[in-house]
Amino acid sequence: MIVYADNAATTAVSKKSIEAMLPYFDKYYGNPSSVHQIGREAAKALIEARKTVAESLGAEEREIYFTSGGTEADNWAITFAANLGAKKGKKHLITTKIEHHAVLYMFEKLEKEGFEVTYLDVYKDGIVKIEDVEKAIRQDTALVSVMYANNEIGTIQPIAQIGKICREKGVLFHTDAVQAVGHLPINVKDENIDMLSLSAHKFHGPKGVGALYCKKGIKLESFLLGGGQEMGKRASTENVAGIVGMAAALKQSISEMTENEKKVTAMRDKLIEELSKIPHSILNGHRTKRLPGNVNFCFEGIEGESMLLLLDMKGICASSGSACTSGSLDPSHVLLAIGLPHAVAHGSLRLTVCEYNTGQEIEYIIEELPKIIQRLREMSPVWESIIKEEK
Amino acid sequence: MEYSQKVMDHFSNPRNVGKMENADGVGEVGNPTCGDIMKIYLKIDDGKITDAKFNTFGCGAAVATSSIATEMIKGKTIDEALKLTNKAVIEALDGLPPAKVHCSVLAEEAVKAAIADYYKKNNIPLTDELKGCKGCCGACGEKEN
Repeated sequence: MIVYADNAATTAVSKKSIEAMLPYFDKYYGNPSSVHQIGREAAKALIEARKTVAESLGAEEREIYFTSGGTEADNWAITFAANLGAKKGKKHLITTKIEHHAVLYMFEKLEKEGFEVTYLDVYKDGIVKIEDVEKAIRQDTALVSVMYANNEIGTIQPIAQIGKICREKGVLFHTDAVQAVGHLPINVKDENIDMLSLSAHKFHGPKGVGALYCKKGIKLESFLLGGGQEMGKRASTENVAGIVGMAAALKQSISEMTENEKKVTAMRDKLIEELSKIPHSILNGHRTKRLPGNVNFCFEGIEGESMLLLLDMKGICASSGSACTSGSLDPSHVLLAIGLPHAVAHGSLRLTVCEYNTGQEIEYIIEELPKIIQRLREMSPVWESIIKEEK
Repeated sequence: MEYSQKVMDHFSNPRNVGKMENADGVGEVGNPTCGDIMKIYLKIDDGKITDAKFNTFGCGAAVATSSIATEMIKGKTIDEALKLTNKAVIEALDGLPPAKVHCSVLAEEAVKAAIADYYKKNNIPLTDELKGCKGCCGACGEKEN
């Protein structure tokens, strides 16, 4: 049995998305900027796709800019907001300690360029405190960027409340919603979001395509120079098939959101309930304020990569925040930010399920995982000392 | 990152895994902070390693290097075992990804630490190469002593 439980990394492309894309590879393959009919068909598809994406977020078509993915949207939004602030003498930025590296590394770069950055704490449950955001905002704050939902521990941030504060104080507000779009109901107007990043492959669309929402009235700077695509803000011939596939996947995710959320949440809760029974296991992130499909545990005394290898041998695809899986020596910054010691953070396991998973697959994980943990603990000197201390 | 078949074989079927009661020498190296701890147990008779066992907390490569290191020193004399290098461990495993080379260093250090423990228990003076931590993986921040 192959059980794919790594949907926060990427998802399978839906049948509807694939079908929607196919004609744009060999039938309507024209360049949307061309005058002829093959090009016009492609241009029409872009208009439709932009409409779908805009509607899904409660935005207007002219507020949607297609990008190569979430990373580009994040980089673009943050670079732009920082430049805009700097022009007005505002060189203070606010973000959190648990952002994706597409956001975090941008802020680190800006720090080196002379900006001051406040990294908000997320405490033990992985959620930003509104009062901390309020306190952090200053006269010279150019941007607040808080992710909608975390990619590792799944925690959902109080975006509407943060948006309200930012709007009142006149500070630009960006949210990296890569993990949330297509999974949680989002309305950029109601939630006072100025800029939002999304990525197609997190909601059963293709890889290499995403979008940046930027509220009208904000004079977004060009990110790529060249042709006049994306209202002159992002040159490069549009990834027409990808954009069409993204729109189709998003449309489907939004229309099936309520039933999917119910099904996926039930699987998540079953996993959390059963895995909590394993001794010395710690659930990471808030118990309920988390993405419907996100399960993240630390199992003391073992290391994440060896857990992943053994799970893989059983056909279970998962991921970990252990250092060994990241190629660095430090475990995940998210797990450290919620206060886990290094040694415990090395033993993390992330299972992210979606509506394609079945109850039978969940049972299989529940059956196999404890055996793997037991096996690794039996050979672990760290586990030996944990047990000794207990006695 | 891809492991060789040999690494996967030693990871999924580790040789000599487990604790040893009344070991003549025990060496523990690494640090849970950096994500690897290796503990090697030796049974030594007449200057010869008659049995070796290990317990490891760490990634696939950490388990595989400890497993093969115990295999490589079993039946060898102490002098021979002291000559075990991390390079030999890597070769015996048909290679390791660059990020995992430190695991082979840990395996070498664990063997040396176990022999050092045996020397101490038997009041045999330590040779220079057995004195102190060599920084093992170099990641835990522990200074050489």
